[in-house]
Amino acid sequence: MSTLDPAITVAELRKFYRVPVREGGLVASLRSLVRRRVREVRAVDGVSFTIAPGEIVGFLGPNGAGKTTTLKMLAGLLHPTSGEVRVLGHVPQRREREYLRRMTLVMGNRNQLQWDLPALDSFDLQRAIYRIPQAEFRRARDEYIELMGVGDLVSKPVRNLSLGERMKMEIIAALLHRPQVLFLDEPTIGLDVTMQRRIRGFIAEYNRRTGATVMLTSHYMADVEALCRRVIVIHHGLVLYDGPLTGLVERFAAYRQIGVTLAEPADLEPYGEVMGVDGAKVTLRVPKAEASRVTARLLAELAVEDLTIEEPPIDDVIEQVFAADADVGLEALPS
Amino acid sequence: MIDFYITMARTAVMEQFQYRTANYFYMIGMIAEPVIYLVVWSTVAAAQGGEVGGYTPGTFAAYYIVWTLVRNMNIVFTPYAWEWRIKDGTLSAELLRPIHPIHGDIAYFGGWKLVVIVLWLPLAALLSLLFRPTLSPTLLEIGVFAVAIWGAYLIRTAFLWALGMVSFWTTRVSALFELYFALELLLSGRLVPMSLLPPWAQRLADFLPFQWTFGFPIEALVGELPPAQLLGGLGMQLLWIAVGWALVQLVWRAGVRRYGAVGG
Repeated sequence: MSTLDPAITVAELRKFYRVPVREGGLVASLRSLVRRRVREVRAVDGVSFTIAPGEIVGFLGPNGAGKTTTLKMLAGLLHPTSGEVRVLGHVPQRREREYLRRMTLVMGNRNQLQWDLPALDSFDLQRAIYRIPQAEFRRARDEYIELMGVGDLVSKPVRNLSLGERMKMEIIAALLHRPQVLFLDEPTIGLDVTMQRRIRGFIAEYNRRTGATVMLTSHYMADVEALCRRVIVIHHGLVLYDGPLTGLVERFAAYRQIGVTLAEPADLEPYGEVMGVDGAKVTLRVPKAEASRVTARLLAELAVEDLTIEEPPIDDVIEQVFAADADVGLEALPS
Repeated sequence: MIDFYITMARTAVMEQFQYRTANYFYMIGMIAEPVIYLVVWSTVAAAQGGEVGGYTPGTFAAYYIVWTLVRNMNIVFTPYAWEWRIKDGTLSAELLRPIHPIHGDIAYFGGWKLVVIVLWLPLAALLSLLFRPTLSPTLLEIGVFAVAIWGAYLIRTAFLWALGMVSFWTTRVSALFELYFALELLLSGRLVPMSLLPPWAQRLADFLPFQWTFGFPIEALVGELPPAQLLGGLGMQLLWIAVGWALVQLVWRAGVRRYGAVGG
């Protein structure tokens, strides 16, 4: 594989499950003995993308969108129903040792630490599992411990650590073999803001130092904004958007926010939806297409001291995309 | 691989020494079973003029005291825990590692055995004071016993792994597990020494792995087996390890395929 090849290639990837369905009650229970009804669930339904080496890509979508299923297929845990996946030139589902040594999957609820022992002992076990040479292992371990700022915690039994501290240890353990591809599924879930920031900083630094490729899912837009220039949005098993984070707002934000400060109080309801009032400053929400016309009217008709036009917060945009119906999603598919 | 085994076993020793009190109570609780067998068979032997099928109260005492160690060596990853292993994501984490998960189990439980053996010694001394076993093993018997308890451990690990992996297909497996354990209890030498079983049961046991995990290691130390039988026994253990290993590979491959298709 040359360095110009994509690190990750996914083409027309699908994963369907057949799940038994049965209504409640005794009759339905007896009927299911004779005739078992199954429903096909299309967890991933034709996803395609490529990711270049060294990229950090945010993989976004509401619960049940197919994010984790896709990551599990990329990590080789699940076999695709159809389609093609290649990561670093490997077919993940073959679970070749060479591939497993080059990647890592960190899940928010994953536990690879020995509960009753200090994290240092779990790190040593990782060394043995991945056959990391001693000198290399010590260098990586000490570097990560310093980067995460957990020097005083690694000698404490894991059971005595907080959730955030444990997550830091999990991430250190998962990266000791210096994987070239990282799949991070909600790595900051349930953590406070300081912990989230520390973990984000660590991932960014790891990417900078090693040139590793990172795919990250998170419900915290702060994670995505801090780390990812590119995002892939998936919903109902389909890719809704694949492009720059800024473009996501451009494409999906149906509204603009106009902040206007007036010299004299006035009723702004006729101009748009009043979102908030902070002293003399009023925030209006107007449809994207009308933003410039409303702005012109405000400036012409009222004594405006200050005026700003802002994109809505990315959280709101994402929420709006996910709240949309599946059909809307199909229409929004890139052509 | 050796480095992995040593590191994993060391992890188990460190963890299990933290739980030494719990381990001890577990071992003490386990002693009730052989003591009952011992009392029953000693009474039967006394009633029949001091001997049953070549066993005296003294040799019964030796059999069931050695039993306590062999029973502990026989503790492996239980098939009942496979459902949990699959459902809670442990298996996913293990599948992401570039090493077959059975090695982790063998090494971890193997390390735990080292703790068990250390804890067992004073317990065996106490039981010996109480029940006065007749035991005079030769060096060869001690050597074969020392190897056979690990052979027993590997056979049982392989077969219970294969059995536990049925959980890949269905979670309604406890009846199957119970049947397996009932057969094992009867045909392994756990309930009674193999030579006291009716001939048909002994013949049936010849086609099953159970006696090589229980009866053989005990009799290697306690019985009067000639050298050919001792070494032949180790050979049989090797054979059953190979059969168990092949079975594990077969079921594992199909199980992982199934897991990859339907997920945890």
